Amino acid sequence: MKKIEVLGMGCANCNKLYQNALAAVKLSGREVEVAKIEDIQKIMSYGVMSTPALVVDGVVKAVGKIPKPEEIKEWIK
Amino acid sequence: MIKYLADLLVYQWIGIQPETRMGESLNFFFYDTMKVFLLLIVIIFVVAIIRSFFPPERSRKLLGHRREYVGNFLAALLGIVTPFCSCSAVPMFIGFIESGLPLGITFSFLISSPTVNEVALVMLWGLFGWKIALLYTATGVAMAFFAGIAIGKLKLEHLVEEYVYRIKMGETEMSVPTWKERLEYARDYTKDILRRVWLFVLIGIGLGAWIHGYVPMDFIIKYAGPGNPFAVFVAVLIGIPLYSNAAGTIPIVQALVEKGLPMGTALAFMMSIVAISTPELIILRKVIKPKLIAIFVGIVSVAIIIIGYLFNTIL
Repeated sequence: MKKIEVLGMGCANCNKLYQNALAAVKLSGREVEVAKIEDIQKIMSYGVMSTPALVVDGVVKAVGKIPKPEEIKEWIK
Repeated sequence: MIKYLADLLVYQWIGIQPETRMGESLNFFFYDTMKVFLLLIVIIFVVAIIRSFFPPERSRKLLGHRREYVGNFLAALLGIVTPFCSCSAVPMFIGFIESGLPLGITFSFLISSPTVNEVALVMLWGLFGWKIALLYTATGVAMAFFAGIAIGKLKLEHLVEEYVYRIKMGETEMSVPTWKERLEYARDYTKDILRRVWLFVLIGIGLGAWIHGYVPMDFIIKYAGPGNPFAVFVAVLIGIPLYSNAAGTIPIVQALVEKGLPMGTALAFMMSIVAISTPELIILRKVIKPKLIAIFVGIVSVAIIIIGYLFNTIL
């Protein structure tokens, strides 16, 4: 099963990205795990300095921006 | 062109006489509103494109193992172009410290980033002209440079939370965005900023226009004019807790300058609003101890007060 991780320490934008990720999963119709990562050590371990960021199966896909559900859907095909 | 539109709108279409207070205030309001929104859209879009070339991960690499002075200067410059949002302050701070960057250089960046921001620049350019906008930028960079050096000299590394030093940062291959992605980013960024500031801009310009038409000329001179030696000090004290109203404050300050507020006092007030903000301090508390926050606020406040008195003397 694919896994999306939303990196961010709980700011408004991080929440928006989390919602977009959930919407993307719905759009794709697949079963994808979506997790919020708020632990700073874990966030930094991805080499990311701006949040929110989005990681799919351990690969950083977006940093410091909020991709739309349609974009995220392409990454979880 | 914009002046013509404002004249046409107020004096011809609405039909208010140019010489009345109401006419003057309304004309001022429409003129400034049109000018500021036009500038906001164009400049924020351009700034966003430039910013897409300088993500903080890249700034971290560029700063590398720079030494004091050169590092402080570079950090102050990068602070202008690196996108900064207070919700990224913690990962940015840790990223810089983890790469071995001295605390003073990290602070040069943290001071310049919010101080020299595009919204403040647009408002200054639109309402005071490009010379003041440029002066503000140069002053902001200079302040970030010197305040960062001062913090570096104090050797305050022990006032950073211990866990920060234990964090190991990973490596990521950042994909280079295409031009299409940069333009999309700039468009979204511009929309986002406009959505956040439009109301403050309107309220600010509205109040400014009211002051322009209704507040008597000698009012400011009496209370905050060159004759009051504490004006800069008080202005900075008021400015520090104000934050989200940066977009709304500058039009009011501009109207006050017209009524005789000295430029140095005005600049110091504007700078104190953006340089230090309560939300940013609360977030920084996660990585630095209260004592360092107090030192940071103290040094920056003193720097801004000096800037205020300096410009009151030379401008």
